[in-house]
Amino acid sequence: MHFPQKVAVLGAGLTKFMRRAQETPKELAFEAAKMALDEAGLTIDDIDAVVLVTAPDAFDGVHMNGEYLADGAGGSKKPYMRSFVGGGSGVFGIINGWYHIASGHFRTCLVVAEEKMSSSMPHPQGTFNAIYDQFTERPLGVNLLWIFSLEMNRYMSVHKVPLETIALVAKKNKKNGLDHPCTQAGIAGDYTVEEIVNSEIMCWPVTRLMVSTVSDGAGALVLASEDFAKKVTDKPIWIEGVGWCLDTSYWTNRDLYYPKYVEYAARMAYDMAGIKDPRKEIHVVEPYDPFAYKELHHLEGLLLADKGEAPKLLEKGFWDRDTETGIPSSPSGGLLGVGNPIAAAGLMKVAEIFWQVKGTAGKRQAKREVKRGLAQAWGDLMQVGTVVILGK
Amino acid sequence: MEFKGKSLKDRDFKEKNILYTDWHVKAHYAWDCGVALSKFFEGLKEGKLYGRSCPECGRVVIPPRMFCELCFKPTDKWVLLKDEGRINTFSVSYVNTDASRREKPNVPAVIEIEGASEGMGILHLVAHPEKIEWENLEEVLSMIKIGTKVKAVWKPSNEREGAITDIKYFVPVKEE
Repeated sequence: MHFPQKVAVLGAGLTKFMRRAQETPKELAFEAAKMALDEAGLTIDDIDAVVLVTAPDAFDGVHMNGEYLADGAGGSKKPYMRSFVGGGSGVFGIINGWYHIASGHFRTCLVVAEEKMSSSMPHPQGTFNAIYDQFTERPLGVNLLWIFSLEMNRYMSVHKVPLETIALVAKKNKKNGLDHPCTQAGIAGDYTVEEIVNSEIMCWPVTRLMVSTVSDGAGALVLASEDFAKKVTDKPIWIEGVGWCLDTSYWTNRDLYYPKYVEYAARMAYDMAGIKDPRKEIHVVEPYDPFAYKELHHLEGLLLADKGEAPKLLEKGFWDRDTETGIPSSPSGGLLGVGNPIAAAGLMKVAEIFWQVKGTAGKRQAKREVKRGLAQAWGDLMQVGTVVILGK
Repeated sequence: MEFKGKSLKDRDFKEKNILYTDWHVKAHYAWDCGVALSKFFEGLKEGKLYGRSCPECGRVVIPPRMFCELCFKPTDKWVLLKDEGRINTFSVSYVNTDASRREKPNVPAVIEIEGASEGMGILHLVAHPEKIEWENLEEVLSMIKIGTKVKAVWKPSNEREGAITDIKYFVPVKEE
């Protein structure tokens, strides 16, 4: 496959993740975008196009929320698009930004992900419930936790994974999150497996410490063509691969133990990056972890572990940040350790891989050498996989 | 690097230490059930579960649809299924639809319906076979597991309205 331009990442920005931010969505978007432009050493005049990702309008109570956010995202008087694939959006936005530039049509693209969930009163749960089928599912009295707990039980049962092993994901990520400057107050910490397993049961097998929290926050990345990037930096970080895939919304007709659509997205990205053996060629990974089991589920979908093997590798410390022989997974702390402002959370994962590959992740920097990393997000009705691979 | 954001506490909001603007919306929708689900719901009124088959891949699917999303061809036959099946997966929910806590749990499950193709499940609830309500997690786990056979419990025919809730819930049944 030939694309007219290679695409580089020049800068990233994040706001803090907060249960309730004073800033409006526009203000959050602006702060993240400004920070990304600053790291890239650019101003808005250097930006040719803007991509924005954010949740369904109902979260904000603002119809055409993409248009409302255009100002904060730097989209005024520019080619501007908004897209959304649920939790997969943060990475999908980068993919959208990638094809703006890879096509050769634009030199630069600012990608902004914004989410303010706290405005939905008393809890965004009501909006979440509207993702279920309105005829055959919603009348049963659904809540969002159901699909995750159903999928988690299926995954655990098929592979015979103990709850204590899955809790190790929450333990690892909440501990990693202690080192992230954007972590939401009260969610990172040094927990024991017992505390995680014995925390309040939400929807068995999901307990409170195995689920990420709702959050407010924003993130942004500045992307540029090879021609442009080489004028402003000696050491660009490249987007080496992108992949995405959506499965059927008839989610009760699929075996939830394995995310085939994540595998398809990963294969697309690996092929594009020329990666033959991802377990050797990916040096750090940020898989989507809104729930503890999800990280393991996704590591398998990404082909970084055989089916049912991710939990065994977890027990051996293979996914730890300070591993020397494994692949550090969610060194940022992930959604469990930093927070889950949906679209912004996915972009936070790409920002983490950018900083990891650049070598500027500070206290969170992986111990092993990182030349290439992968960020993945997931969303909709157990349905979408989005993958980005960054490298030197 | 400086990361921006001013985090508020619940207290700031409740005690009105900060300024905010309220907006209430009451949205109301009426959805036409469509071609496939209208027939499906008519069937439920009669105490019957219908699936639909695809001439191309041969799958019998439930919930029924007028086209096969995999072959992208029209489906062509209604197939009467049994009102029983097996638990594909389940969970034990202590959270209500409005995110409030439940004192006693309910049990959502994906139930693979007998007579449909393998892996064809629907979402529904599983109740205790005698007392309907489950006491706690331990009781649920002692009585059901993945693979447990379950059967539909229907509303009395005069109370059915052509909705998924015409099946009140499924209950575990003894294997012959």
